[in-house]
Amino acid sequence: MSEIKKIKNLKEFSTSADRFEGANLLCPGCAHSIIVREVLNATNDDLVIGASTGCLEVCTAVYPYTSWDASWIHIGFENGSTAVAGAEAMYKALKSKGRLPQPDRTPKFVTFAGDGATYDIGFQWISGCFERGHDMMYVCLDNEVYANTGGQRSSSTPVGSSTTTAPAGRVSYGEKKEKKDMIAIMAAHGSPYVAQVAPNKWKDMVKKIQHGFQVEGPVFINAISPCTTEWKFAPEDTMMITDLSTDSLVFPLYEIIDGHELNITYRPKNVIPVVDYLGAQGRFKHLFKPENKHILDGWQTRVDRNWELLQRREEARV
Amino acid sequence: MAENRGWDEFDAGAILFTFNEKVDNIATTLAEDRPYSSSSSFTASVGDWRIEKPIFNKDYCIDCQFCWIYCPDVSIIARDKKMIGIDFDHCKGCGICVEVCPTNPKSLLMFGEHLDDDECLASWPEKDEKEV
Ligand code: SF4
Ligand code: SF4
Repeated sequence: MSEIKKIKNLKEFSTSADRFEGANLLCPGCAHSIIVREVLNATNDDLVIGASTGCLEVCTAVYPYTSWDASWIHIGFENGSTAVAGAEAMYKALKSKGRLPQPDRTPKFVTFAGDGATYDIGFQWISGCFERGHDMMYVCLDNEVYANTGGQRSSSTPVGSSTTTAPAGRVSYGEKKEKKDMIAIMAAHGSPYVAQVAPNKWKDMVKKIQHGFQVEGPVFINAISPCTTEWKFAPEDTMMITDLSTDSLVFPLYEIIDGHELNITYRPKNVIPVVDYLGAQGRFKHLFKPENKHILDGWQTRVDRNWELLQRREEARV
Repeated sequence: MAENRGWDEFDAGAILFTFNEKVDNIATTLAEDRPYSSSSSFTASVGDWRIEKPIFNKDYCIDCQFCWIYCPDVSIIARDKKMIGIDFDHCKGCGICVEVCPTNPKSLLMFGEHLDDDECLASWPEKDEKEV
């Protein structure tokens, strides 16, 4: 088993040599690269990385440039997971035949994909990878929209969000369907480890990523990734919006071990009202009109109910 | 004249090599010691995206590294646990580093891209008493 990189505090973390480069074409203030940096810097092991089509992929491999200092592959929108699973299967085969050129190395296999590629388009492929039990980590950069193609709704888009295919206006308050609970679905695959992370809580993130790299089998990580362009907030506010998302419990941070042992990993000292989170983003602006009050109320009820559910599950250990 | 090629005559896919030679331990090799090839975006610049630039005033910095961890564009240069400056080839001027800097006054502030760095430093605000 590989050695875990020692990261006691932020000063120590800052001595990391990034394996992700600037002059990529992600928007100024994009949370994707903050998450990618925290994930990659959590280990010193070699990395085999795949990316499904999405903002991260199109912005970090614009011919003739790559922003990756590790083996990296892109194939299609749906199959970032299976590309990496294939590499992992080959690695295992070479290992068992004793044909690895550097047998002392312990490479980690990671897929990055957006919520469109994860919750919708790549769903079947991911399910297959998890069912087959590949030793890999799948990181979903969840910005709750198809941001790369102009802001269409995905099955991760939350209620009331205005998107280009579910726009708010005279007859509609925007998205009507609830966000899919992808974490529960992946836990139901019996995955040894699934977790939700946020880039503002870097220590929690690093702990979970390191745990994910230590366990054997397919690991699912859902990372909230506030999108300055589609959520409509100023680029400098990315971390403030992330703080609001975790402290309003819209994005609770927790992990599920072996499909049943749920642990809440962050309990905000002061839980803030959900309207504070919604009000900071242009995509929810219309919800503050009097006729949409019931949508706002529904939001708080849903977040409260989900938090209650997580706490009960944490206690129950089932 | 561009050469005409059929749909089946192009190379399938593309491979880019980040480095000009083999690097044994990339994860422990700092940027200045890496043999980047011209295919790495490290050798490119997005500096012209900026309308405003962050200016660093080391007099107030406590080396907390908040700016390092939250900079999306790997543009805060931290060495030996110290914040030493900004990489203006890769900084897009998002302003996140300024927002997360906890000192009073801040050790990073945004200024117009066209302004002279020394003049920016000379116009640094005093400690904000209200904020304490
Ligand atoms: S302005 Fe943005 S890109 Fe530039 S150094 Fe600060 S956080 Fe990084
Ligand atoms: S956030 Fe501010 S105080 Fe902290 S290291 Fe950066 S410049 Fe220095």
